[in-house]
Amino acid sequence: MSRSILILGANSDIARACAHRFAQDGYAVRLAARDTNALASDVTDIALRHRVDVTAHAFDALDTPGFAAFLDALPELPGTVLCAVGVMGDQDQSQTDPDAAARVLRSNFEGPALILGLLAERFEARGSGTIIGISSVAGDRGRASNYVYGAAKAGFTAFLSGMRNRFARSDIHVVTVKPGFVATRMTEGLDLNPRLTAQPDEVADAIFAAQTKRRNVIYVKPLWRWIMTIIRVLPEVVFKKTSL
Amino acid sequence: MQISGWGRYPRIQAKLSTPRSEAALAALLDGGPLIARGMGRAYGDSALAAHTVSMLRLNHMIDFDPQTGQLVAEAGVTLQEIITAFLPRGWFLSVTPGTQFVSLGGAIAADVHGKNHHSEGAFSAFVDWFDLMGPGGTVTRCSRTENKELFGWTLGGMGLTGIVLRAAIRLKRVHSGWIRQTTIAAQNLDQALAAFEDTYSATYSMAWIDCAATGDTMGRSIVMNGEHALRADLPATHRARPFDIPGHSGKSIPFDFPGFVLNPWSVRAFNEFYFRMNARKPAQSLVGWENFFYPLDAVRDWNRIYGRKGFMQFQCVVPLDSHAEGLRAILDAISRSGAGSFLAVLKRFGAQDSRLSFPMEGYTLALDFPMTTRALALMPELDRITADHGGRFYLAKDSRLPAQTLLDTDPRWQKFAAMRRQKGLAGQFASAQSERLGL
Repeated sequence: MSRSILILGANSDIARACAHRFAQDGYAVRLAARDTNALASDVTDIALRHRVDVTAHAFDALDTPGFAAFLDALPELPGTVLCAVGVMGDQDQSQTDPDAAARVLRSNFEGPALILGLLAERFEARGSGTIIGISSVAGDRGRASNYVYGAAKAGFTAFLSGMRNRFARSDIHVVTVKPGFVATRMTEGLDLNPRLTAQPDEVADAIFAAQTKRRNVIYVKPLWRWIMTIIRVLPEVVFKKTSL
Repeated sequence: MQISGWGRYPRIQAKLSTPRSEAALAALLDGGPLIARGMGRAYGDSALAAHTVSMLRLNHMIDFDPQTGQLVAEAGVTLQEIITAFLPRGWFLSVTPGTQFVSLGGAIAADVHGKNHHSEGAFSAFVDWFDLMGPGGTVTRCSRTENKELFGWTLGGMGLTGIVLRAAIRLKRVHSGWIRQTTIAAQNLDQALAAFEDTYSATYSMAWIDCAATGDTMGRSIVMNGEHALRADLPATHRARPFDIPGHSGKSIPFDFPGFVLNPWSVRAFNEFYFRMNARKPAQSLVGWENFFYPLDAVRDWNRIYGRKGFMQFQCVVPLDSHAEGLRAILDAISRSGAGSFLAVLKRFGAQDSRLSFPMEGYTLALDFPMTTRALALMPELDRITADHGGRFYLAKDSRLPAQTLLDTDPRWQKFAAMRRQKGLAGQFASAQSERLGL
């Protein structure tokens, strides 16, 4: 069987880097995003560089009723799915505008969880598959600066962890990715510490290696694991007074 | 954020925009001065401006014609990416500089040259066309037949005529990833120059030159020639997979070396070691393409050996006839100054290709100097010797040339500056370098 990967939210910098990384290893690539026009140049580029089969598919993470039809229309049930769907949103706006907050919660948690849940059912029926979810260090502990986004990512992390537990005795593997800072469109203009900031290519390499080595939860820059461990174990009386 | 060129001098505070579509790029061209940047491998201030536009996310490959070898790609695609995709199919870059970590747009803007300049020309010789975004976001297709004025001013125009969006270049057919290398140990400058002339028919040639040697051995060099190996040239073990080369180690310099590491004594010791090591090697060998074309790429971030203060490169070309005298005067000035150059390269050029190309029939010398007062004090003298011998300077390496010296030695830039003013390009596209040089 030729291998294939479905990439949800394929217009992001991380998704694009992952598409190249998997294509480099001969995977057929299914790019899915709301704006398929923007995917056209990637389809040509990936096919030209890596000589693999690449297709683009319209996918809206907020259109839950359309999920099943979207999966049915794919050329095949993919061997691997990578979910890179997500929006940072604006914390201040999320605090005052419930619609904006709902959009952040749905885009980062509800949509990604439900589509991966549907795929998990199909993977189970087939008996194999890899599910890779891009969550965030922001989901490790809620902070004042971005807790709406963080809460959604915490939910997504828990969902992935639960699925991993469920499929532990099968050939279905679930990887949770917590990239930390990545030099992408989302972080452009922010003054990020280069030691904590990964390039999209590094994230893609880490994700590819995680699938191969069947790792469970990965941080891209190793330092993040330590930072988040400390942040998680800080007593709440101390943590609540910090501004991280 | 703070950005610099590969020499890490100068550094400037800049706003770095990274557009991901043609429309996003066009929206940035609002009249204020800016400059496009690729991999940041120009040594000095060519790709630095208060508003700098990174082209690295406009890096799609668009089309490849296996009949003609024509590749169409966006400007942010790197030469490394081109090799990775096409060498396994039997295609290589027609011209490549000494690093594969440059973008297609940067290669066009600097009209880079390689070891085959004398035999095949500069990068521009293999550019069929490009799309150039000018003021207001208008896009112009430029080629040898279409908008040829703009085509000519852009090849080597240092990004000052607009922003190259995408280009069509011709790749070269190769039958393996290996190079048949011939090494000649030349005991002094005369021998080195004779070796270049004797082996002029070689496709690739360059020499590492020991700038620390004086007296009878002044200008001693290791001249290296190369030809793409055919499948039949390979040992039987490599013939089945002629494009697979056992890999580079990919070591990197993990931190800035302290300033004292590179001093006249360590430079002399290194050069002595390097000369003896190569002089002992067999004259004929088969080397992988990375070792032949990109020996320094094997050490990522090698610019850090010069420490925090950074370094500068001096590269000039001296025309044929006065070259021997000019090169001797330069080497003499360097050894008198005691500002030893760690890495020095000598190369024979063929005739000038495009209108603004740096190369001309003659010899080019590229020298690295740590950023010290001694080295800075030497530069005006090297400038003067170059000027006295009818030579000129390579802007992709430059961080300090005085404007007057450039305009006096290379009047093409006067016309270029006038053209920029007349076409209203000067306000929209400007780098720290173009401002320093009055372009």
